[in-house]
Amino acid sequence: MSTAELLKGAAELFPDEVVTSAHVRHLDLPFGAGRFALITLDNGFDHTKPTTFGPASLANLDAAIDQVSKEAAAGEIVGVGITGKPFIFAVGADLKGVELLKEHKDALAIGKGGHEVFKRLSGIGVPTFAYYNGAAMGGGVEVGLHCEYRTVSKAIAAFSLPEVFLGLVPGWGGCTILPNLIGADKAVSVIIENSLNQNKQLKGQQVLDLGIADALFEGADFLEQSLIWTAQVLKGDVEVERPVIDRGEAWDQAVARGRFVADSKVHGAAPAAYRALDIIAAAKNGDLQQGYDAEDVALADLIMGGELRSGIYAFNLVQKRGKRPAGAPDKSLARPVTKVGVVGAGLMASQLALLFLRRLEVPVVLTDIDQERVDKGVGYVHAEIEKLLGKGRINQDKANRLKALVSGVLDKAEGFSDADFIIEAVFEEIGVKQQVFAEVEAVAPAHAILATNTSSLSVTEMASKLKNPERVVGFHFFNPVAILPLLEIVRGEQTDDASLATAFGVAKKLKKTAVLVKDAPAFVVNRILTRFMGEIQNVIDEGTSVEVAEKAVEPLGLPMSPLVLLELVGPAIGLHVSETLNRSFPERFTVSPNLAAVVKAGKRGFYVYDSGKPELDPEVAAILKQGDVVLTEEQVRERVLDAVAQEIGLMLDEGVVAEAQDIDLCLITGAGWPFHLGGITPYLDREGVSERVNGKKFLAPGVASVPA
Amino acid sequence: MPRTVRDVVFVDGVRTPFGKAGPKGIYHETRADDLVVKAIRELLRRNPGLEPKQIDEVAIAATTQIGDQGLTLGRTAGILAGLPQSVPGYSIDRMCAGALTAVTSVAGSIAFGAYDAVIAGGVEHMGRHPMGEGVDPNPRFVSEKLVDESALFMGMTAENLHDRYPTITKQRADEYAVRSQEKAAKAYANGKIQQDLVPVSVRRTNPEAGETGWGLVTADEPMRPGTSLESLAGLKTPFRVHGRVTAGNAAGLNDGATASIIASEDFARENNLPVKMRLVSYAFAGVEPEVMGYGPIPATEKALAKAGLSIEDINLFEINEAFAVQVLAFLEHYGIADDDARVNQYGGAIAYGHPLASSGVRLMTQLARQFEEQPEVRYGLTTMCVGFGMGATVIWENPHHKDAGGDK
Repeated sequence: MSTAELLKGAAELFPDEVVTSAHVRHLDLPFGAGRFALITLDNGFDHTKPTTFGPASLANLDAAIDQVSKEAAAGEIVGVGITGKPFIFAVGADLKGVELLKEHKDALAIGKGGHEVFKRLSGIGVPTFAYYNGAAMGGGVEVGLHCEYRTVSKAIAAFSLPEVFLGLVPGWGGCTILPNLIGADKAVSVIIENSLNQNKQLKGQQVLDLGIADALFEGADFLEQSLIWTAQVLKGDVEVERPVIDRGEAWDQAVARGRFVADSKVHGAAPAAYRALDIIAAAKNGDLQQGYDAEDVALADLIMGGELRSGIYAFNLVQKRGKRPAGAPDKSLARPVTKVGVVGAGLMASQLALLFLRRLEVPVVLTDIDQERVDKGVGYVHAEIEKLLGKGRINQDKANRLKALVSGVLDKAEGFSDADFIIEAVFEEIGVKQQVFAEVEAVAPAHAILATNTSSLSVTEMASKLKNPERVVGFHFFNPVAILPLLEIVRGEQTDDASLATAFGVAKKLKKTAVLVKDAPAFVVNRILTRFMGEIQNVIDEGTSVEVAEKAVEPLGLPMSPLVLLELVGPAIGLHVSETLNRSFPERFTVSPNLAAVVKAGKRGFYVYDSGKPELDPEVAAILKQGDVVLTEEQVRERVLDAVAQEIGLMLDEGVVAEAQDIDLCLITGAGWPFHLGGITPYLDREGVSERVNGKKFLAPGVASVPA
Repeated sequence: MPRTVRDVVFVDGVRTPFGKAGPKGIYHETRADDLVVKAIRELLRRNPGLEPKQIDEVAIAATTQIGDQGLTLGRTAGILAGLPQSVPGYSIDRMCAGALTAVTSVAGSIAFGAYDAVIAGGVEHMGRHPMGEGVDPNPRFVSEKLVDESALFMGMTAENLHDRYPTITKQRADEYAVRSQEKAAKAYANGKIQQDLVPVSVRRTNPEAGETGWGLVTADEPMRPGTSLESLAGLKTPFRVHGRVTAGNAAGLNDGATASIIASEDFARENNLPVKMRLVSYAFAGVEPEVMGYGPIPATEKALAKAGLSIEDINLFEINEAFAVQVLAFLEHYGIADDDARVNQYGGAIAYGHPLASSGVRLMTQLARQFEEQPEVRYGLTTMCVGFGMGATVIWENPHHKDAGGDK
């Protein structure tokens, strides 16, 4: 099948593609270096809609290459360049088109189509140049890799091969060409390490230093300087040196390092990184076509696999649903927040004060029960501002401004009389919280939002004794507050739309991923994590070894094992939440006597790290009282996943959140659960757990899976 | 405190290629401030001896100072060009003589001792900012007959100048225009012009204007090599029925930018910067607005008088060709032949174009190149007419001349 036919078939499967044009324009190079054809990739929209490649876009590029190839053969041009519209080079394959693919053969065609078009750039007959003028990702980077020379702008906002991050491999030449261009070790850094490190982007200087680009120019006249450089290269005035690639042991070591990185991030649970590493390993022999073929197969396999579909689903949740929270009231109802009050000046309260201060840049007042605590809270905020200043994250003027905005007072009336948003972070005890809110209501303006950072108490109950309970909202952050994006916004029974809209408005300014949650015990993340941990604890209590229980969930590729997570949260807090949930749902949430004993013994966790690796603390081992039911890893895993699936099913029935998507968004952004699980419900669906437990899947086919 | 007036020199000048204004012009989708930025950056690349932080001022002229020519262009273009934030900048306006006035203003400050080195230039994107955009002339101009109504229409003032010099016929104007095109084509063929052009990348999205995508502009767009008297003869005279001024014997509507480095001579020498021209004197003069093309004559009289020179001392002329008649009136006044070899050796604005406030530095850049080639010439001048009845002249000394710097 010809490339054109291949792409035509693929284009029929993707009628809604945003098509990228490949404009060919001719120009005279400086220094009389000759006539040059410059291809501009442009989808016709501004930079807010970056240029992508779908089948029709590839066909356009193919046609442009036809044209310049003929011109090259006729001796009409001395070279060919390729660049992008302002601020954007190209950001790779159009993922919407990938989502639609149902058949392995169609997925294979996408890989082949890209290869067939891109690789022509190295066979035009005249030198080819890529000018990375702006954001370049995935297939965008790869189209340039097929050119003979590359320049990059100092001003690029993004440059990466993010495929492994999503669940793919750089499959339009990236895995094969990059190690052959810059060496396997650097290629592993770009393709594996950066990708798995929250999709880290390269700056222009790094693109040059890595050897991906041959020259770096400033943004102000990037294209002019690139074309001048091109003329110099063509005239022989500039010689481009490429490093000699070490194809010996260094190559194997690089691949081994890649596997180590992948293991430490996904624990073998997601295939993409390993598939990419296999191709990089094979690319050692320098056989490009063999590499392209391997890329095609890997792409098609991954496109038809659940991890990629989960990855794209998760990406879209974070990028889209996370920015437009489901069920949030119209933002026009939101009231302005020009001053914030924080009740409590402990560590959590101080962290909240710092966050509000930095993002809202309005006065923030802390109160507490004695001057010493108030001073300590304000002191903490000042110290954090100094740290930011020291790191160069803010300048002195900004530091002065922020410090002047934070204050602490003992008298709530003095602090809160003109506050628009008051959040409490006091002791988790309903009576205490009710008392605090009553005191605040007595002095705060009538319109002020009263927010609570409670993790497990009822927002409705907290509001119940107030004159204006409609202004109370739950505002549940996750630790560390500055890092984890999730904010569960809880609507109490009487919370009104204006208060809720104000809360969402504040969340947006705080740059948090806000999810609307019903006032249900422990809300979303803590409820699921507690059920999950509870089941692990149950099987240990019943007699399975700690080691087997922990290993059972390793194939999920969670960021840390359950007991390490417990250690991070603190066993006492874990116990407290399990007790709370046990009171609400005694039939499903147990309180582990072993956990209670560990807490009572004052242990901070189950493990000691004397050997450098976690090992069961002998003192904990001595405390544990286990039964005699010993399960296999598989049996444990089944029990745990069944429990999680059951709990999520019940939460959706109760209307805790609008849809399963919100559960997944919470787990990704609040607990760091991985993209390849899609949070968790896509994984439960594809492993058959959902149907086994609830009789149905959480998500319709195609949402986070291959469409039916 | 005692002061010493310091010598001021023209270190270097560059410009963008000039374009035709309008939807099909090469710069139609290019911002005016970007044109200035590219010129400034090219100057800095060409003169690595000048550390950007040593620049004391960025003076950029534009006639229509709104949109991408507004926002105190000298300051914003400096930041956009990557100059340190410590380098200040301002905007300047004297219509066609904007860049020339930028040079003389900063030169005065350098002589006074306020600056050592300065960037001075100008821009006009007449496609994005057509002449007269946003103007609001005071009604008293007309009601009190302060100026003739034709004063605001440059083509009409050129016809008025033909009236003042009845011997300057349309034929003479056309012949002058043909020579300008010929000289410009020759200068291009000999590589005289390109050496001071900065290539500019340009985007085109409208297929009706030509190939779409990014391109690179390396040459002036308005030039019409091969222009003949016959081809000019049939052109319309849009400013007056049976008039003499046509699109062929006048500069067009154009887009472009220029920039130069002006410095004290001591600073230039200490920093090993080139000294291409030494400032001798400058002057501006006002005339009746309706014959603004007459302006260069009194301006030159003043500048010569201040320099203690006579017209015979000037052996190279760069006269802006807003209209052929305006050059011819100047030559006629001084008794210089229409085709005198000392005048506009590389051709002029009739060929290259005249993006109003940018043109002054183009004249200087070309004169500087002629000084290099002709060390036997000691003095040259750059002069131009200015809207609303003004003229502007700068007299320069050739530092390559054996007596340069000495007494006359």
